[in-house]
Amino acid sequence: MARVLFALLAGLVFGTGIALAGMVNPAKVLNFFDIAGTWDPSLAFVMGGAVIVTAIGYRFVLRQPRPLLDTTFHLPTNRRLDVPLIAGAAVFGIGWGITGFCPGGSIPALGLGQTSAVVFVVSMVTGIGLARLARHVLTTGGASRTA
Amino acid sequence: MTEFTPFASLLGGALIGLAAVLLMAVHGRIAGMTGIVSGLLVPQGDWAWRAAFLAGAVAAPAAIVAVLGPAAIPFESLVPLPWLAVGGILVGIGVTFASGCTSGHGVCGLARLSPRSLVAVITFMATTGITVFLVRHVFGGF
Repeated sequence: MARVLFALLAGLVFGTGIALAGMVNPAKVLNFFDIAGTWDPSLAFVMGGAVIVTAIGYRFVLRQPRPLLDTTFHLPTNRRLDVPLIAGAAVFGIGWGITGFCPGGSIPALGLGQTSAVVFVVSMVTGIGLARLARHVLTTGGASRTA
Repeated sequence: MTEFTPFASLLGGALIGLAAVLLMAVHGRIAGMTGIVSGLLVPQGDWAWRAAFLAGAVAAPAAIVAVLGPAAIPFESLVPLPWLAVGGILVGIGVTFASGCTSGHGVCGLARLSPRSLVAVITFMATTGITVFLVRHVFGGF
Protein backbone atom coordinates (compact mmCIF):
# COMPACT_ATOMS: atom_id res chain seq x y z
CA MET A 1 0.00 0.00 0.00
CA ALA A 2 2.83 2.41 0.88
CA ARG A 3 4.48 1.58 -2.46
CA VAL A 4 1.30 2.56 -4.32
CA LEU A 5 0.86 5.79 -2.32
CA PHE A 6 4.46 6.89 -2.90
CA ALA A 7 4.14 6.11 -6.62
CA LEU A 8 0.94 8.17 -6.71
CA LEU A 9 2.78 11.02 -4.96
CA ALA A 10 5.69 10.79 -7.44
CA GLY A 11 3.16 10.84 -10.30
CA LEU A 12 1.42 13.90 -8.85
CA VAL A 13 4.74 15.76 -8.52
CA PHE A 14 5.74 14.67 -12.04
CA GLY A 15 2.41 15.80 -13.54
CA THR A 16 2.57 19.13 -11.72
CA GLY A 17 6.12 19.67 -12.98
CA ILE A 18 5.20 18.80 -16.58
CA ALA A 19 2.22 21.18 -16.45
CA LEU A 20 4.13 24.07 -14.80
CA ALA A 21 7.07 23.61 -17.17
CA GLY A 22 4.84 23.89 -20.25
CA MET A 23 5.79 20.40 -21.46
CA VAL A 24 2.09 19.54 -21.54
CA ASN A 25 1.61 22.09 -24.35
CA PRO A 26 2.54 20.69 -27.80
CA ALA A 27 2.76 24.16 -29.36
CA LYS A 28 5.32 25.25 -26.76
CA VAL A 29 7.39 22.09 -27.23
CA LEU A 30 7.40 22.48 -31.02
CA ASN A 31 8.41 26.14 -30.69
CA PHE A 32 11.55 25.06 -28.81
CA PHE A 33 12.68 23.28 -31.96
CA ASP A 34 11.61 26.08 -34.30
CA ILE A 35 14.73 28.22 -34.08
CA ALA A 36 14.08 29.45 -37.62
CA GLY A 37 10.57 30.58 -36.64
CA THR A 38 8.68 31.19 -33.37
CA TRP A 39 11.50 30.03 -31.08
CA ASP A 40 10.71 29.52 -27.37
CA PRO A 41 13.81 28.40 -25.41
CA SER A 42 11.79 27.35 -22.31
CA LEU A 43 12.36 23.62 -22.84
CA ALA A 44 16.08 24.07 -22.20
CA PHE A 45 15.20 25.34 -18.70
CA VAL A 46 12.92 22.34 -18.12
CA MET A 47 15.66 19.90 -19.05
CA GLY A 48 18.26 21.86 -17.09
CA GLY A 49 16.20 21.99 -13.89
CA ALA A 50 15.16 18.35 -14.15
CA VAL A 51 18.63 16.95 -14.89
CA ILE A 52 20.36 19.01 -12.16
CA VAL A 53 17.87 18.03 -9.43
CA THR A 54 17.89 14.37 -10.53
CA ALA A 55 21.69 14.22 -10.72
CA ILE A 56 22.09 15.65 -7.21
CA GLY A 57 19.30 13.47 -5.78
CA TYR A 58 20.57 10.28 -7.45
CA ARG A 59 24.08 10.87 -6.05
CA PHE A 60 22.65 10.64 -2.56
CA VAL A 61 19.97 7.98 -3.19
CA LEU A 62 22.14 5.53 -5.16
CA ARG A 63 24.71 5.55 -2.34
CA GLN A 64 22.13 3.83 -0.13
CA PRO A 65 22.20 0.01 0.03
CA ARG A 66 18.65 -0.28 -1.33
CA PRO A 67 15.52 1.79 -1.97
CA LEU A 68 13.13 2.34 0.92
CA LEU A 69 10.40 -0.05 -0.27
CA ASP A 70 12.19 -2.51 -2.56
CA THR A 71 15.08 -4.93 -2.22
CA THR A 72 17.19 -3.51 -5.05
CA PHE A 73 17.63 -0.57 -7.46
CA HIS A 74 16.28 -1.45 -10.91
CA LEU A 75 18.90 0.23 -13.09
CA PRO A 76 19.45 -0.37 -16.82
CA THR A 77 22.36 -2.75 -17.47
CA ASN A 78 22.57 -2.50 -21.27
CA ARG A 79 25.65 -0.42 -22.19
CA ARG A 80 25.66 -0.96 -25.98
CA LEU A 81 25.35 1.92 -28.40
CA ASP A 82 23.48 -0.22 -30.92
CA VAL A 83 21.16 0.17 -33.91
CA PRO A 84 17.85 -0.20 -31.98
CA LEU A 85 18.89 2.63 -29.63
CA ILE A 86 19.84 5.06 -32.39
CA ALA A 87 17.16 4.09 -34.92
CA GLY A 88 14.51 4.05 -32.19
CA ALA A 89 15.54 7.48 -30.90
CA ALA A 90 15.51 8.82 -34.48
CA VAL A 91 11.98 7.50 -35.12
CA PHE A 92 10.79 8.85 -31.75
CA GLY A 93 12.10 12.29 -32.75
CA ILE A 94 10.17 12.23 -36.03
CA GLY A 95 6.94 11.47 -34.15
CA TRP A 96 7.73 14.10 -31.50
CA GLY A 97 8.45 16.65 -34.24
CA ILE A 98 5.15 15.94 -36.02
CA THR A 99 2.98 16.08 -32.90
CA GLY A 100 4.78 18.03 -30.15
CA PHE A 101 3.85 15.22 -27.75
CA CYS A 102 6.42 13.04 -25.99
CA PRO A 103 5.30 10.22 -23.66
CA GLY A 104 5.98 12.22 -20.48
CA GLY A 105 4.11 15.23 -21.81
CA SER A 106 1.15 13.36 -23.28
CA ILE A 107 0.06 11.40 -20.19
CA PRO A 108 -0.42 14.56 -18.03
CA ALA A 109 -2.13 16.19 -21.05
CA LEU A 110 -4.85 13.54 -20.68
CA GLY A 111 -5.76 15.31 -17.44
CA LEU A 112 -6.66 18.41 -19.45
CA GLY A 113 -9.33 16.42 -21.30
CA GLN A 114 -7.89 17.25 -24.71
CA THR A 115 -9.02 15.05 -27.63
CA SER A 116 -5.61 15.47 -29.28
CA ALA A 117 -3.89 14.00 -26.22
CA VAL A 118 -6.26 11.02 -26.18
CA VAL A 119 -5.67 10.31 -29.89
CA PHE A 120 -1.92 10.62 -29.40
CA VAL A 121 -1.76 8.37 -26.31
CA VAL A 122 -3.95 5.64 -27.85
CA SER A 123 -1.71 5.67 -30.96
CA MET A 124 1.47 5.72 -28.86
CA VAL A 125 0.34 2.72 -26.79
CA THR A 126 -0.54 0.93 -30.05
CA GLY A 127 2.98 1.71 -31.32
CA ILE A 128 4.55 0.40 -28.11
CA GLY A 129 2.52 -2.81 -28.44
CA LEU A 130 3.46 -3.26 -32.11
CA ALA A 131 7.15 -2.65 -31.38
CA ARG A 132 7.18 -5.09 -28.46
CA LEU A 133 5.55 -7.71 -30.70
CA ALA A 134 8.06 -7.01 -33.50
CA ARG A 135 11.01 -7.15 -31.11
CA HIS A 136 9.71 -10.40 -29.68
CA VAL A 137 9.38 -11.96 -33.14
CA LEU A 138 12.84 -10.66 -34.12
CA THR A 139 14.53 -12.12 -31.03
CA THR A 140 12.71 -15.46 -30.87
CA GLY A 141 11.79 -16.00 -34.51
CA GLY A 142 8.18 -16.09 -33.35
CA ALA A 143 8.73 -19.50 -31.73
CA SER A 144 6.96 -18.66 -28.48
CA ARG A 145 4.62 -16.06 -27.08
CA THR A 146 5.96 -15.46 -23.61
CA ALA A 147 6.90 -11.77 -23.87
CA MET B 1 3.78 32.07 -30.56
CA THR B 2 4.21 30.84 -26.98
CA GLU B 3 5.53 32.93 -24.13
CA PHE B 4 9.13 32.34 -22.96
CA THR B 5 8.74 31.11 -19.36
CA PRO B 6 12.24 30.56 -17.90
CA PHE B 7 11.23 30.59 -14.21
CA ALA B 8 8.10 28.43 -14.49
CA SER B 9 9.95 26.01 -16.77
CA LEU B 10 12.97 25.80 -14.46
CA LEU B 11 10.70 25.20 -11.45
CA GLY B 12 8.60 22.68 -13.40
CA GLY B 13 11.79 20.91 -14.45
CA ALA B 14 12.96 20.81 -10.83
CA LEU B 15 9.65 19.16 -9.85
CA ILE B 16 10.11 16.57 -12.62
CA GLY B 17 13.54 15.91 -11.11
CA LEU B 18 12.07 15.67 -7.61
CA ALA B 19 9.57 13.05 -8.84
CA ALA B 20 12.43 11.09 -10.43
CA VAL B 21 14.47 11.18 -7.19
CA LEU B 22 11.42 10.12 -5.15
CA LEU B 23 10.68 7.14 -7.41
CA MET B 24 14.32 6.04 -7.21
CA ALA B 25 14.57 6.54 -3.43
CA VAL B 26 11.38 4.64 -2.63
CA HIS B 27 10.92 2.14 -5.49
CA GLY B 28 14.40 2.01 -6.99
CA ARG B 29 12.87 2.79 -10.38
CA ILE B 30 13.76 5.05 -13.29
CA ALA B 31 11.01 7.66 -13.81
CA GLY B 32 10.75 6.96 -17.52
CA MET B 33 7.27 7.28 -19.01
CA THR B 34 8.08 4.75 -21.75
CA GLY B 35 9.06 2.01 -19.31
CA ILE B 36 6.23 2.73 -16.90
CA VAL B 37 3.54 2.61 -19.63
CA SER B 38 5.12 -0.34 -21.44
CA GLY B 39 5.25 -2.37 -18.22
CA LEU B 40 1.48 -2.07 -17.94
CA LEU B 41 0.81 -3.54 -21.41
CA VAL B 42 1.76 -7.00 -20.21
CA PRO B 43 0.83 -6.60 -16.53
CA GLN B 44 3.01 -8.50 -14.09
CA GLY B 45 3.26 -8.44 -10.32
CA ASP B 46 4.40 -4.82 -10.24
CA TRP B 47 1.52 -3.18 -12.11
CA ALA B 48 0.08 -1.30 -9.09
CA TRP B 49 2.88 1.27 -8.63
CA ARG B 50 2.95 1.90 -12.40
CA ALA B 51 -0.81 2.53 -12.51
CA ALA B 52 -0.55 4.76 -9.43
CA PHE B 53 2.24 6.86 -10.98
CA LEU B 54 0.20 7.31 -14.18
CA ALA B 55 -2.92 8.18 -12.19
CA GLY B 56 -0.99 10.85 -10.31
CA ALA B 57 0.52 12.24 -13.52
CA VAL B 58 -2.97 12.60 -15.05
CA ALA B 59 -4.67 13.81 -11.87
CA ALA B 60 -2.26 16.67 -11.10
CA PRO B 61 -3.01 18.83 -14.20
CA ALA B 62 -6.71 17.95 -13.89
CA ALA B 63 -6.74 19.19 -10.29
CA ILE B 64 -4.82 22.38 -11.15
CA VAL B 65 -7.30 23.23 -13.92
CA ALA B 66 -10.26 22.36 -11.69
CA VAL B 67 -9.07 24.78 -9.00
CA LEU B 68 -7.45 27.59 -11.01
CA GLY B 69 -9.37 27.34 -14.29
CA PRO B 70 -8.27 26.23 -17.78
CA ALA B 71 -6.08 29.32 -18.32
CA ALA B 72 -3.70 28.05 -15.60
CA ILE B 73 -2.22 25.45 -17.99
CA PRO B 74 -1.91 26.73 -21.58
CA PHE B 75 -2.52 24.06 -24.22
CA GLU B 76 -2.51 24.39 -27.99
CA SER B 77 -2.31 21.69 -30.66
CA LEU B 78 -2.83 22.57 -34.31
CA VAL B 79 -1.89 19.10 -35.54
CA PRO B 80 -4.75 17.30 -37.37
CA LEU B 81 -5.94 14.09 -35.70
CA PRO B 82 -4.69 11.72 -38.45
CA TRP B 83 -1.18 13.16 -38.06
CA LEU B 84 -1.43 12.82 -34.28
CA ALA B 85 -2.20 9.13 -34.85
CA VAL B 86 0.75 8.71 -37.24
CA GLY B 87 3.07 10.60 -34.89
CA GLY B 88 1.82 8.66 -31.87
CA ILE B 89 2.55 5.31 -33.51
CA LEU B 90 6.04 6.52 -34.51
CA VAL B 91 6.70 7.71 -30.95
CA GLY B 92 5.50 4.39 -29.51
CA ILE B 93 7.68 2.33 -31.86
CA GLY B 94 10.68 4.61 -31.44
CA VAL B 95 10.73 4.79 -27.64
CA THR B 96 10.29 1.02 -27.36
CA PHE B 97 13.36 0.23 -29.50
CA ALA B 98 15.30 3.10 -27.89
CA SER B 99 14.23 1.83 -24.41
CA GLY B 100 13.33 5.34 -23.30
CA CYS B 101 12.17 8.83 -24.12
CA THR B 102 12.57 12.39 -22.89
CA SER B 103 12.00 11.40 -19.25
CA GLY B 104 13.89 8.09 -19.10
CA HIS B 105 16.88 9.02 -21.27
CA GLY B 106 16.60 12.82 -21.20
CA VAL B 107 16.24 13.28 -17.44
CA CYS B 108 17.14 10.08 -15.56
CA GLY B 109 19.74 8.80 -18.05
CA LEU B 110 21.58 12.08 -18.44
CA ALA B 111 21.55 12.52 -14.65
CA ARG B 112 23.28 9.10 -14.39
CA LEU B 113 25.78 10.17 -17.09
CA SER B 114 24.69 7.19 -19.21
CA PRO B 115 26.41 7.17 -22.62
CA ARG B 116 23.41 5.35 -24.15
CA SER B 117 21.09 8.10 -22.94
CA LEU B 118 23.38 10.85 -24.24
CA VAL B 119 23.43 9.23 -27.70
CA ALA B 120 19.64 8.77 -27.60
CA VAL B 121 19.02 12.39 -26.56
CA ILE B 122 21.34 13.84 -29.22
CA THR B 123 19.68 11.62 -31.84
CA PHE B 124 16.05 12.41 -30.99
CA MET B 125 16.70 16.12 -30.47
CA ALA B 126 18.27 16.21 -33.94
CA THR B 127 15.47 14.33 -35.73
CA THR B 128 12.81 16.31 -33.86
CA GLY B 129 14.45 19.58 -34.95
CA ILE B 130 14.74 18.40 -38.56
CA THR B 131 11.11 17.23 -38.55
CA VAL B 132 9.82 20.53 -37.14
CA PHE B 133 11.84 22.45 -39.74
CA LEU B 134 10.47 20.29 -42.58
CA VAL B 135 6.86 20.45 -41.33
CA ARG B 136 6.83 24.21 -40.70
CA HIS B 137 9.23 25.71 -43.20
CA VAL B 138 9.28 23.26 -46.13
CA PHE B 139 5.74 21.83 -46.13
CA GLY B 140 4.09 25.00 -44.78
CA GLY B 141 3.00 23.71 -41.35
CA PHE B 142 -0.35 22.54 -40.01
